[in-house]
Amino acid sequence: MNEIIIDGEPLPFVEGQTVAAALVAAGRIAWRTTRVGRRPRGVFCGIGVCFDCLVTVDGSDGQRACLVPARPGMAVTTGEGDDA
Amino acid sequence: MPEPSDLIVVGAGPAGMAAAVTALAGGLRVALVDSGTAVGGQFWRHPPEHARAAIPTEDLHHGLREYRALCDALSAGRAAGRLDLRLAHHVWSVVREDGGFAVHAVDRCRAPRETAVVLRAPRLLVATGAYDRQLPFPGWELPGVLTAGGLQALLKGGGVAAGSRVALGGTGPFLLPVAVALAARGAEVVAVCEAAHPRAWLRHPGPLLRNPGKWAEAAEYAAALARHRIRLRPRTAIVEAEGDDRVTAVRIASLTPDGTPRAGTEQRVEVDAVGVGWGFAPQLDLLVPLGCALTDSADGNAVVAVDDGQRTSVPGLYAAGETCGVGGAGLAVSEGRLAAGSVLADSGAAPGRGRRRRSAVRARADGQRAFARAMNTVHRLPAAWPAWLPDETLVCRCEEVDAGAVRAARADAGAHDHRQVKQLTRAGMGWCQGRMCGPAVHCLVARGGAYAPAERLVATPVTLGALADRDA
Repeated sequence: MNEIIIDGEPLPFVEGQTVAAALVAAGRIAWRTTRVGRRPRGVFCGIGVCFDCLVTVDGSDGQRACLVPARPGMAVTTGEGDDA
Repeated sequence: MPEPSDLIVVGAGPAGMAAAVTALAGGLRVALVDSGTAVGGQFWRHPPEHARAAIPTEDLHHGLREYRALCDALSAGRAAGRLDLRLAHHVWSVVREDGGFAVHAVDRCRAPRETAVVLRAPRLLVATGAYDRQLPFPGWELPGVLTAGGLQALLKGGGVAAGSRVALGGTGPFLLPVAVALAARGAEVVAVCEAAHPRAWLRHPGPLLRNPGKWAEAAEYAAALARHRIRLRPRTAIVEAEGDDRVTAVRIASLTPDGTPRAGTEQRVEVDAVGVGWGFAPQLDLLVPLGCALTDSADGNAVVAVDDGQRTSVPGLYAAGETCGVGGAGLAVSEGRLAAGSVLADSGAAPGRGRRRRSAVRARADGQRAFARAMNTVHRLPAAWPAWLPDETLVCRCEEVDAGAVRAARADAGAHDHRQVKQLTRAGMGWCQGRMCGPAVHCLVARGGAYAPAERLVATPVTLGALADRDA
């Protein structure tokens, strides 16, 4: 079973999907809060331009979820991702 | 180490693929670089090769015959050892060097790990395409509101529909394939709001008559929309998205010819996702720092100035596709072929398939460009948009700067371009470096003229670690 680990919880994905696609497929459309207004954000442009979908992947922060292919066991943490 | 290339092509979308294939056919060694995990760019976005069976997306595409032919030619080039294909390579800078160009990239095949890569060649062709242009509206920052291209990327790259009841809005023919693709994946498309009126096309009979293929395409979309019972609403716009932590409804209004919402026409429609796009902004990040001359395009964008062989003002540097003006995949393919033809001619290589073929491609490109000009004229940004935007509306998504602050920068401090607004308000200073808000800030403060993006010396984020281990 293909799963990534989102904030400690397993999330299934289809081989070939990005982290953002896996999250949206699971019905999660928001996964971080903004620095100034503490507003929820998820994927917006989907192609790496807008930086709304930032997550931390295997310890590297500031990763655009829409550009990172999901891999089994990949550890993704959500939250701020904006000024971490 | 692969053998040195005669030409580096940045961008493996329709323009870059066609250029690489033409250059290979002319006997050149080519490096083709793209940030994606498959060739095709946004128009022919596919899941990575190994996942095509798991994520079927063939039915969402147009022009697949051409795509497959280009893919086959690229595969043959790789097999012959003359194509160095670099997928998942993010180019962050290009500099001129004696005798050519150095392309600095990071290899993100094992993202988030990055490895620095430098490619060098005497000639460079930039085909970096474009991304959705946005005009902010109240609520556009709510989760569930995506760019139209973002919805399409999730569908074509991951097989995922971002919602089950979706409204689309903005302007331009691109809204139609997105609507059809969403419906094909089971979403209910409750509204397609097109700010322009299709009747405006009748004022451009020449480009329409020269491009019969576009008629067929339009008829295809009309049939598909009818089949899925999707209603296209001309001269309407999504003027507000509602919701608390996610979008739950949109407000739709009719527009006057100058783009002002008509009082009393507003309708509320419940949705769980929204897609918006107001045409496209060319991706000029690599070209502007190289000093390329720009020119104005009919859609309000500054674009790269090229001669009739796709040569930029910088010797050895060529551009093709949307960076030269937004015009669609067919034009991009033609321009890619022309650009590579010029590379062959300028480098003294055999001219490939001959002059007659080249003039046929030139003629086709001219017809396609005329169509693009008509499209950009019909689907202009609404002139009245800056006036109907409330002060509280977020304009810069990254730094969370609202329209009131941008207007104050103009009224109180005399700012009249997006660079000055950036210094005064931080709009455009965040992660995306003004890629999202730049065109909108320009509309709010500029006194006419086309939108030219700010010069960004680093085109995509790069880690210090990757810089430290670069082999340059």
